[in-house]
This record gives sequence, C-alpha cells and structure tokens, in this order.
Amino acid sequence: MKILVPIKRVVDYNVRVRPTTDQTAVEISNAKMSMNPFDEIAVEEAIRLKEAGIASEVVVASFGVKQCQETIRTALAMGADRGIHVETDVDLQPLSVAKLLKAIVDNENPRIVILGKQAIDDDANQTGQMLASLLNWGQGTFACGINVESETVVVTREIDGGTQTLSLKLPAVITTDLRLNEPRYAKLPDIMKAKKKPLESFSPEDLNVDISPRLKLLEVSEPPKREAGVIVADVVELLDKLRNEAKVI
Amino acid sequence: MSVLVIADHNNSVLNVATLSSITAANQLSDDVDVLVAGKNCQAVADSVSKISGIKSVLICDNDVCEAQLAENIAPLVHQLAEKYSYILSAATTTGKNLMPRVAALLDVAQISDIISIESEDTFKRPFYAGNVIATVQSTDTKTVITVRSTAFSAAISTDTAAPIETIAAPSDSGLSKLVSEELTKSERPELTAADVVISGGRGLGNKENFKIIEDLADSLGAAIGASRAAVDAGFVPNDYQVGQTGKIVAPKLYIAVGISGAIQHLAGMKDSQVIVAINKDADAPIFQATDYGIVGDLFKIVPELIEALNNR
Repeated sequence: MKILVPIKRVVDYNVRVRPTTDQTAVEISNAKMSMNPFDEIAVEEAIRLKEAGIASEVVVASFGVKQCQETIRTALAMGADRGIHVETDVDLQPLSVAKLLKAIVDNENPRIVILGKQAIDDDANQTGQMLASLLNWGQGTFACGINVESETVVVTREIDGGTQTLSLKLPAVITTDLRLNEPRYAKLPDIMKAKKKPLESFSPEDLNVDISPRLKLLEVSEPPKREAGVIVADVVELLDKLRNEAKVI
Repeated sequence: MSVLVIADHNNSVLNVATLSSITAANQLSDDVDVLVAGKNCQAVADSVSKISGIKSVLICDNDVCEAQLAENIAPLVHQLAEKYSYILSAATTTGKNLMPRVAALLDVAQISDIISIESEDTFKRPFYAGNVIATVQSTDTKTVITVRSTAFSAAISTDTAAPIETIAAPSDSGLSKLVSEELTKSERPELTAADVVISGGRGLGNKENFKIIEDLADSLGAAIGASRAAVDAGFVPNDYQVGQTGKIVAPKLYIAVGISGAIQHLAGMKDSQVIVAINKDADAPIFQATDYGIVGDLFKIVPELIEALNNR
C-alpha cells in the first residue's frame, strides 16, 4: 500500500511574524522556515505504517518555491522513500493545492493520503477536506488514532465534545491532529542518505492544473494591542481589582 | 443575495456557535435560511425557526444525515447552494470538517474563521496564530465561510417562528460510517460559551493536581480549559485545549494557572475581556497578555483564592 504525504514549508512555529511596513504581506524574508508541524506528524505516521509492514512506500509532495525541496529532504531523512516537488512562485491557496494533489493522486494511486489538519501560517484547515471532495473519497479529519484494515481505515478524531471514531472505505484522506504521535528527529546518517533519495520536479502546467488564486490579500495588519496589565501583590488585591475595577466577578 | 447557514447541532440541541453565524449572515443579507440536517432533529429546527433574522428553516431529517458525515452532507449542501450567494457555518470541528468539502464541490475558495465582514466580498480573518490579521477579498461568485463565534454576538430568539421546509434525504455516499463517540460529560458551562474560564497548564505538574483547577472553577461557576502542554501530558481530555488549533474562547474573565503563554495558547484566549495569570515565573510571556498577574506558587495562591471566594 502506497501512502502519499503532502507537506508544507512554513515559517517556523517559534517565529513571531509581523506585517510588512506597507501592510500588504507578512514579513517572512529572513524568517526561519520549517516543515508545518502537523505535516511532520503525518510523515511520522506514514513511516510508522511502513515500519509496521502495512505501507509499502511513503511518497512526500511539496508545492511552492525551490526551497520546498529542503522540506522534502527533511521528510526523506525521517524515512520517506521519495519526493515530488511542484515548483511555482504563485501564492498557492488551499483549493489550488488540493487540485495539484488530485493530479498527483491520479498519477500515483496511493491508498491513503495523510496530511496535517492545518498549516500554521494561513491556519485555513481546508486542504485535506478539499482533496477528499475532489477525489470523492472518505475523510478522517483531526485524527488522533489510525487503524488500517484491509478494505477500511478506522480513524479516531478529536472533536469539540471529545472524540469520534469513523470507519472509512479505502482509499481515504486523513488529516492529523497534535496527539496522533510524536515525530522523530532525523539522524545524521539518514540526513546524508536522504540526499540520494529520488526527488522529481514538475511545474503546475505539467500537471495541467489551474492554480490562479481566488482570494486577494488586500491588507495585513497587527491585531489590536492589549493595554499593559499590572502585577498584584496577593489574592486580596486581585479580588479587589476583579470586583471593583474590572467588575467581572 | 441570500445566505444559507448550516446549523451545528447534536440532533437534540443547537450549538450556540450557530447563533453567531446567523448574526454574521444577517450582516450580509436579510435573506437568511438555515439548514438543519440530522435525524430526529425536529426540536432543533423548531428552536432555529424562532431565531431573529431568519427567513426559513430547511430540515433534512433521515438516517443518511444522522451522524452528519461530511461525505453525505456536503453533496446535500452543494445541491442547495445553487440559489445562495453565501454558505456559512460556525468554525466548530463540525463546520471545519464539512465546509471545505462543500467549497471544493462548488469550485470556490473558502474563507476560514472570519472575525469581521468589511463588505459583500471582503472579510477579516486571523492567521499566523492571530499574530496578524488579513483582509481578504473573494473573487468567486459564491463564498463559503466559517465564522469565529467569539467575534460575532449571538442572534436572539423571537416569538414568531419562521416556516420550516422539509428537504429530501441525500443518498448515502457509502464512503464513511460512524463507529462510536466518546463525549466528555460535564456539569460545567460549555467552554466556548462560558462567562468565566479557568485554564491550567504544565505548571500543575500532574493529573491529580489539576483538581485545584476544578475547585477554583466550582467557586466561580466557570468552565475549564487547558494549554496544549496539559493536554499532551494527559492531565485533561483533548476537548479542553484552548489555542490556535484548539478552542477559541473570549469570556468575561479568563484565569490562566501555571501556563507560560506560548503564542499558540494566546491565540485562543487573547480576546477575553479580562485576563488573569498565576505563574511562578515573573518573566513568563503570559504576563504580557494579562490585565492582572500574580507571581508566585500556584499551589499556595489558588487555595487562597478558593477560600476567599467561598467565604464571600
């Protein structure tokens, strides 16, 4: 069984971004970039399924600028088998990514696509569901547990009220939540080996996919700032402030 | 210009988050219909029909809709979408699961988690964990939107009921089925709708110690939340998590206990009216987001606070 893992190159989760001075974009020119943490969890899960003898091959795919190949190499160092890069400078929105992924699924025929539930840059939480929709496959979003059987996959999902378990017909799309697993760190010898693993590159035109953005980004601004608070000495002062100044209790 | 709002419900009760989506819908148009898809969900449709600002309620009550699987509900919404300019839902896990599937069927973009409506095609939404606010404009003919509930007030109920129209069942996709659900049972207020939220973090140390958060919540009639660290460590279930990828809350009073204040946590609570933090580390980033902070040992301060509250 082949597993496809789409991965996104994003600003590292420790970086606090700001708008550019002209407020038309997010300032990321010198920011540290990493693999989207939810996608790391997806890569880890796919590798574990291979180690358990369930998956036969783990293919990772990333779309965007040339440097996405570094993110693909990171996944290959973790243990994925080969990479696919679709190179473009166009701002890729979730619908475009889902369409590119559909084209790759049509070529590669994986049984499971597993990806992060959201990217920590645009926080859209759309791509997996859109891909499942375009493919007319079942979807197991926000997964915290996965059990692959012969014709189905049982997915436990984190939902607002607790958890929910679904049985999906294969092939299916799964999106990862935080508690599915703890991703491994790649070891140095594996990082060296990853440089020799196959990595194919395509253009969106090669895949015959229209990636024109549907949403225009008009402005990027900082959220309203909170006024600086005070440190109070003790519980008595805190309760006095909450009762008489803030009037919330 | 008409709007279809997808109701979030559990077949017996409407999720209050839907009330905020209806308020957002009314900012776009006076012509708002609400879809209630489920099984034995007539009571939900009845309560929705009495919400102010609604033209009609569409009820789709049958076996296929019972578990509200995205694979079955998305084609139903797609089929209804023809006569609507906007499709809205709350940004709950149900809405987040369903709406992108609808958007892809319609071949349109989705705008997730809007916090304001600037014009008929322009919306504000947070990204990068709320560190920046984007103003985005849709170029599609239809717009699929999820609504951040804390950013819109709840629509109110009226005495007059809107008409309820019955919709035929969609066919079962056969792609997925519900196996089971494990829902957290609690007598406390719902986390995203509570006036007061007490959240605990890694500073609690272990699951047993988390009980003092429960005691404090009892003193204030509050809901309980947690940081990711506390959930990952198994102190509390996943549905307690407040933050970028968990729940977004904006209560009147938010008390963060033993939470350092990672940006991912702040993303979920920084719109609270008053924020209090109790932490032993005076340099913890949480204090930059608080109105009132106490630096000290939470195992000493929280019991003092409970005692003072219980003696009032």
